[in-house]
Amino acid sequence: MSRLNVSRRGLLAAGTLGAGALALPAWARGGDLHGGMIRPGFDEVSGRDIALTIGKGTHTVQGRRGHAIAVNGSVPGPLVRLREGDPVRIAVTNTLDEDSSIHWHGLLLPFQFDGVPGVSFPGIAPGETFVYDIPALRQHGTYWWHSHSGMQEQAGHYGPIMVEPARRDPVAPDRDYVILLSEFSPLHPHTIMDKLKKGEEYFNFQKTSWTGDYPLSGEDRRMWANMRMTPTDIADVTGSTYTYLANGRGPEEGLEFAFTRGERVRLRIINGSAMTFFNIRIPGMKFHVVAADGQDVRPVEVEEFQIGTAETYDILVEPVGEAHAIVAESMDRSGMAVAMLASRPGARAAVPALRDPPLLTTADMGMNHGTELDLSADGAGDMAGMDHAAMGHAMPSDASGGHDMGGMNMRDTSLLPPDVKVGPGIDMVSMNPVDRMGDPGIGLDTVEHRVLTYKDLVALAPNDDLRTPSRQMEIHLTGNMERYMWSFDGKKFSSVSEEPIRFAYNERVRVKLVNDTMMAHPIHLHGHFFELVNGAPADHQPQKHTVIVQPGGSATFDLTADEEGDWAFHCHLLYHMHMGMFQIVTVAPRGNRPDVERVGED
Amino acid sequence: MRPLVAILLCAAATPAFAQDHAGHATGGEDPAPTACEEEAARHRAMGHAVPDGACTPGPHDMPEAATTDDHAGTHAGHSGMDPDAMDHDAMDHGEMDLRSMDHGETDHGEMDHGAMGHGEMDHGAMDHGAMDHGTMDHGAMPVPRTAPPAAAGSGPARAADAIWGADAMRASREALRTENGGMRYFWFQGDRAEYRAREGGDGYLWDVQGYYGGDLDKFWFKSEGEGTFGEQPEDAEIQGLWSHAIGPWWDVQAGIRQDLTGPERTHAVLGVQGLAPYLFEVDAAAFLSNEGDLTARVEAEVEQRITQRLILQPRGEVNLSAQDVPELALGTGITSAEVGVRLRYEIIREFAPYIGVEQEWQLGKSADQARLDGEDPSVTNYVVGVRFWF
Repeated sequence: MSRLNVSRRGLLAAGTLGAGALALPAWARGGDLHGGMIRPGFDEVSGRDIALTIGKGTHTVQGRRGHAIAVNGSVPGPLVRLREGDPVRIAVTNTLDEDSSIHWHGLLLPFQFDGVPGVSFPGIAPGETFVYDIPALRQHGTYWWHSHSGMQEQAGHYGPIMVEPARRDPVAPDRDYVILLSEFSPLHPHTIMDKLKKGEEYFNFQKTSWTGDYPLSGEDRRMWANMRMTPTDIADVTGSTYTYLANGRGPEEGLEFAFTRGERVRLRIINGSAMTFFNIRIPGMKFHVVAADGQDVRPVEVEEFQIGTAETYDILVEPVGEAHAIVAESMDRSGMAVAMLASRPGARAAVPALRDPPLLTTADMGMNHGTELDLSADGAGDMAGMDHAAMGHAMPSDASGGHDMGGMNMRDTSLLPPDVKVGPGIDMVSMNPVDRMGDPGIGLDTVEHRVLTYKDLVALAPNDDLRTPSRQMEIHLTGNMERYMWSFDGKKFSSVSEEPIRFAYNERVRVKLVNDTMMAHPIHLHGHFFELVNGAPADHQPQKHTVIVQPGGSATFDLTADEEGDWAFHCHLLYHMHMGMFQIVTVAPRGNRPDVERVGED
Repeated sequence: MRPLVAILLCAAATPAFAQDHAGHATGGEDPAPTACEEEAARHRAMGHAVPDGACTPGPHDMPEAATTDDHAGTHAGHSGMDPDAMDHDAMDHGEMDLRSMDHGETDHGEMDHGAMGHGEMDHGAMDHGAMDHGTMDHGAMPVPRTAPPAAAGSGPARAADAIWGADAMRASREALRTENGGMRYFWFQGDRAEYRAREGGDGYLWDVQGYYGGDLDKFWFKSEGEGTFGEQPEDAEIQGLWSHAIGPWWDVQAGIRQDLTGPERTHAVLGVQGLAPYLFEVDAAAFLSNEGDLTARVEAEVEQRITQRLILQPRGEVNLSAQDVPELALGTGITSAEVGVRLRYEIIREFAPYIGVEQEWQLGKSADQARLDGEDPSVTNYVVGVRFWF
């Protein structure tokens, strides 16, 4: 454990009142202080020495109160502003009565400072200060940090990171804002987990019913019931308990970003939620996506995109009206976070109502055979007249495949590779797990405007490792919705904690993630960027730290395993991870091969 | 048509071709549509909502793929193909064997568009508008699935131990294992706790269960009983079971049941509990008593949501006996049956008051015994109660 070493400057930047444990403010001494002591929004800390203090208190959002964990007194915690090429020492003091930690999500750094208790370090015990000694940063862009201890992340223990580029900023906007999306619940995270485990879709109040108006026929409903699945299983935890937050503020709390007409505004959007995918749009406006997971991409003009948990996207907007609403609608459309681009203080644009909740489709079951293609009748299947757009390229939003699913085996375990453990933890096997990286995400396949997909992403700068991967591996995402079990390859982490996924140092491997569940999973590998095999030219495959694998489908990335040590690899849906969808990736030591150049090293 | 079939049959002699199309032949009677299905399947597997872009007709300028030779036969088949003459009516996609199609294996890197007969097909009429062949990763060469190299196993078993020491890491490592899949849970449910209005004296009933344990193995307990107010309970029992997951939806349960009324008996219990297709919750168990009597009970219930909180729950129960048990007034066969329906309102998920009606019948010798006792073997209960869990 490192000794506390904090500079005066770092603390002043942190906006705290004193130095060292003795002079900590009340909220940071572990006192349970009522009255909304936790501030929404965040300060900024920067420089080469930074101090952060983890404390607890009461958080009030739109009149709802709950216990929360705050860093430097706010939720989210402070923006950690760093500079490419500079080292940084970050001293983190834990005033909780339980262990804590900070993981620097997306930063390339020595594994022992990655911040995952039990994998990279022992954690930060109550009352202790741990110094993360991070060498010169090899990257720039938008990232975030969060606790990797227990379920503290759900309780407010997260914040944004911005790394300024050492060279020219390729975007160079007039204004630069961070939007960190998250959730607030008055429920304790353990209570949420308990309900998920026992309560049969406890938080879903958008199920099919006799009086609902989902476009499902009786036949469709029977098909889903026969499979013991539900087409409304879009999000495990919903707006029934969550208030969705933008920079710690609820949708009615008036988060506002100023602009002057004609300015180019960059919004650094971070999904710091525990369980929520958001659909981001600015109604009536097109914008450019300019970075994904902190890595610059060729600008893509879209009107909407879906951001998975733990992903970040930078977008560039050129607002022209008096005000524009930035809408972050949860994927199941049970709530939204809202921020306002305002040309003068208090300017407001209309906030659209929540759209109708989507339904899962046959494609989400892994039956990607084009359900709208009906060639059996009246000779309509003439190849010459075939409309490829109707062949499942655009997924139907209703599940009315029209086929009789009754005879289909939704759990044909013979399709699984031998290293997948077949057992009660697997309730479905995707029959036909096609690459769904061209999919915009659940519910966005039928919107009329342009929506981002992974296939639109092209790295701005050329990649430095152009080797063809020497081997391919397949990892299956497995689960059982009824039992609320989640795992990789049918094996919960608790049963494979001594059997990590191993890579040789600097090995280049193609990893195919196959989703044998009906939920979308954001899969995160610590300490690395991998390249999506998304059809972009091999030298411009986009680099990401988190990839969504759509239900019943697959996603593939190329990984250069050039960061030695043990790294966490997991689903970033907090409760999926805690059910066992977690593994350790071990990259063999660099040893006597220091000649190998790593990402960002010159 | 006939020459086309002949050409395709020749092509089918190529092993790779035959393998590729094994799952496509609809009954094997007409291989002609097979090539078309192959074409369709590939396009479908090319991904969804592909960005706008043009597909240039004619042979694509693509690197030579390793599988070109395998497809040569296909190419030959296509070149002789007359799209208008193909019998698409015979294509029955509804009966396609999707499992053996395995679109997931389609690797664009292996595709040879030159061999796919695009040049010969009628591109003018095909709507390739939504497809963008330019974004396909033609450069992606097939990558072998091999075991990790030996170097992947080098280095310490735990990298963090070398930095912080194994002792310092031990507690957090253990916590990580427990917290990521190794947790245990306690659940208690009162499925039925109700007042029963009926002719001949109102009564009560409880039916509770719960567990403590992990995902696969749990200690499961159940208790149910009923009676008439002002009298001794008619039936009361408690079960303690080991419950083990045997499939995604089913647990097998084994243990002990103790009867608390009447001639007190102890039973060995073996049963299954779980979720049947169409979302029926089923609990079926056989009981072997210390007197050697074998009985069984099957219960099933299903939930119908009227709204998000108003739920109709039909329920049925059948009790069986393998022999006459005069002390318990049981005859061989079905001894009793219940059919009921309850309408509950979930104020919160955990607490839902309900009303309902349940019809119960004593059957066979059990019914005879009831009549001898001056009871009606058929009773209608109007119930009001609460379903709760925590």
